[in-house]
Amino acid sequence: MNIKIQTEKDIIIISVEGSIDSYTAPEFQKKILSEAEQTSKIILDLSLVTFVSSAGLRVLLMVYRQIKSKNGKIILVGISEEIKEVMTMTGFINFFEIVTTIEEALIHF
Amino acid sequence: MAELDSRIDYAPTHEMNGIKYRRGHVLPFGGTMVPNGVNFSIYSSAATACTLVLFKKNEDIPYTEIEFPQEFRIGNVYSMIVFDLDYENLEYGYRMDGPFDPVEGHRFDKNKILSDPYAKAIGGRDTWLGDPKWDSPFPFRSKLVFEDFDWEEDKPLEIPTEDLIIYEMHVRSFTRHSSSGVKNKGTFAGTREKIQYFKELGVNCIELMPIYEFDEWEHSKKHPDTGELLINYWGYSTLNFFAPKAGYAATGKYGMQVDELKTLIKELHKNGIEVFLDVVFNHTAEGDHRGPSISFKGIDNKTYYMLTPEGYYYNFSGTGNTLNCNHPVVRNMVLDCLRYWASEYHIDGFRFDLAAILGRAQDGSPLNNPPLLESLAYDPILAKCKLIAEAWDAGGLYQVGSFPCYGRWAEWNGKYRDTIRKFLKGEEALVGELSQRVQGSPDMYLSRGATAGINFITCHDGFTLYDLFAYDYKHNDANGENNNDGGNDNDSWNCGWEGETSDPGINYLRHKQIKNALTILMVSQGVPMILAGDEMGNTQYGNNNAYCHDSELSWLNWDLLKSNSDLFYFAKHVISLRHAHPVLRNKYHFQNRDYKGSGYPDISFHGVNAWNADWSDSSRVFAFMLDGNHAKNGFLTDDFIYVAMNMYWDGLPFELPMLPEGKSWHVSVNTEMPPMQDFYPVSQELKIENQHSFIVGPRSIIVLIGK
Repeated sequence: MNIKIQTEKDIIIISVEGSIDSYTAPEFQKKILSEAEQTSKIILDLSLVTFVSSAGLRVLLMVYRQIKSKNGKIILVGISEEIKEVMTMTGFINFFEIVTTIEEALIHF
Repeated sequence: MAELDSRIDYAPTHEMNGIKYRRGHVLPFGGTMVPNGVNFSIYSSAATACTLVLFKKNEDIPYTEIEFPQEFRIGNVYSMIVFDLDYENLEYGYRMDGPFDPVEGHRFDKNKILSDPYAKAIGGRDTWLGDPKWDSPFPFRSKLVFEDFDWEEDKPLEIPTEDLIIYEMHVRSFTRHSSSGVKNKGTFAGTREKIQYFKELGVNCIELMPIYEFDEWEHSKKHPDTGELLINYWGYSTLNFFAPKAGYAATGKYGMQVDELKTLIKELHKNGIEVFLDVVFNHTAEGDHRGPSISFKGIDNKTYYMLTPEGYYYNFSGTGNTLNCNHPVVRNMVLDCLRYWASEYHIDGFRFDLAAILGRAQDGSPLNNPPLLESLAYDPILAKCKLIAEAWDAGGLYQVGSFPCYGRWAEWNGKYRDTIRKFLKGEEALVGELSQRVQGSPDMYLSRGATAGINFITCHDGFTLYDLFAYDYKHNDANGENNNDGGNDNDSWNCGWEGETSDPGINYLRHKQIKNALTILMVSQGVPMILAGDEMGNTQYGNNNAYCHDSELSWLNWDLLKSNSDLFYFAKHVISLRHAHPVLRNKYHFQNRDYKGSGYPDISFHGVNAWNADWSDSSRVFAFMLDGNHAKNGFLTDDFIYVAMNMYWDGLPFELPMLPEGKSWHVSVNTEMPPMQDFYPVSQELKIENQHSFIVGPRSIIVLIGK
């Protein structure tokens, strides 16, 4: 799993590549939560993510909760159909705004 | 402040082959995630040693085994925390050492790897009818689950029992058929896609046939003639009481069945629909002395099962073994289990399969004051849950009307089913009993109130409602048991031809009988339960025991909504009628008197002559009137409701009771009429011209509203 972090004004854009599962989730969690401490606006680009396991979905929800507690916003970008389907069936999708591209996400802030 | 995960008891004290561990916490039982590791705790009264066996997901050989050091055992409980485990990819089990002495009740075998009775998920049946892995020595592995579901504001709905309309369904049957129109057929997610359907129909509670993990491959076989695969389709054979059936989850292959089920429940609650589980605590999937040793049998046979003095299994369940429910340890397991489902899954109620067994002592004799039933009734966590007993068992104990209730327990009212069926098919000498049934069976539940009885005419066991009027006899050949299985006391009537027919008269009568049945069910006091599909005339082709069919025989064919649209619209109407009229939903029994000073008793009985019911043996007519001033036991005001039932083969004029000045009778239901004239929607009822008399057609029922 690779994680790239960029900043656009006060928005942090986190791009992830690979699989977010129980092996990678702890590292992902550490990085993303420390970013979430710095900002209340996050774009999470998952277009290169191949799989999100149960543990991975929990990290997403944790970040959502953290950002939400600051009245901030998190937008997910580029989720594959399969991941979207799993998120729908397990209810995680209800918490997130999801768009196709980073440009689109930027307009939402 | 020290961080939680730096507490000294969250650091290892032992190490073996790179695996770090320490003494654990004895409670709770099961595998529980704790900071830095997992706490494993298991009970066995007679094991001499216990070994924790750890697997990586999908690997045949364990990657490590750790024998519990004797100092890790307190009493009869072995506990250990193991550190740095991969929660998602961990599967575990136990080896138990001890005597193999069946006469003494012990069946220990340390070569077996056993599943944890408290596991919150079970691997091995991750997808429905997936590879059965017959050669695997240990197919059912215990798994860990995250118990952090975000319920937001959700909690169990606590709908008053008398306001419930229960819809009994099988998760897979409900949406597996190609006509269901859902994306994830046969799954929890598929059921969620049908929430709007439940709302349209008007039911406010779904009761799921067993969803605890079971093995659909258990006792599977090919039909000797047709070659069809017959399986354990209904799942009344539990592998584990805490784990949801992974094969019912579209995400079971990812191990996310817990989240999928919880999401379904949360969405149902959001839409005002309660969720009941049909739970099977009377036996397990381990069978008798010839059956496999999967969990309980190898962990503590003598504790978990009722055994004969010779060490064989009592078989009050008809399936090989009987769970030893009134053993204090097993009782606690049942209690822990229900508390877990009520609190972790927000389940609203439980229906206990063959619940009479839960009132038997360890030697099988019926108890006067069964501790398990008492514990459940007074449990603080289950305090608002509905508890419903199937008040009989396969050992001949029949407790309908006398199930130990502790002011809490309701029962499936089997006598309601039998009476209504017989009356509908035109049997004589039933009017007296019928009057009791529609009143909520005060003859059976005098001190318990109307909500003690769950009224039903059909359930998963037996004919569907359509088949009740299409078959005189069961047709179970497809089950591969020479038509010997399933009950013969169906009280059914084929209306003139056995099975499908193109005869319009017979088909008209069948539809009318279905409407009659649904009407009686919805105007009876007590809690109505509908079998899924009955509202659209679902058939099982005369099979009254479809427990083994994963096929169109079991799957609900949604095309019936179109071909039997008259039934569906009618069912919707009588359900809405019940919701609209609190006088149909009393918690306590009628007093058969006027205690509101309205000039009318709360309920009155009539026949072809008003105020003069014909109770004679030859009578096939019965009418009753409810005075709306006594609605909800006098706390609400409602319309008058008059119901006249004529199961005679000719139409009969019924004299109508006179209403107070200014009110008149309006037709809500007339089952004699053709589709779309057989009911008038709530508040649009048709005022009748002749306010003194109404001809009720042959084998027909009318419902009039006095307003």
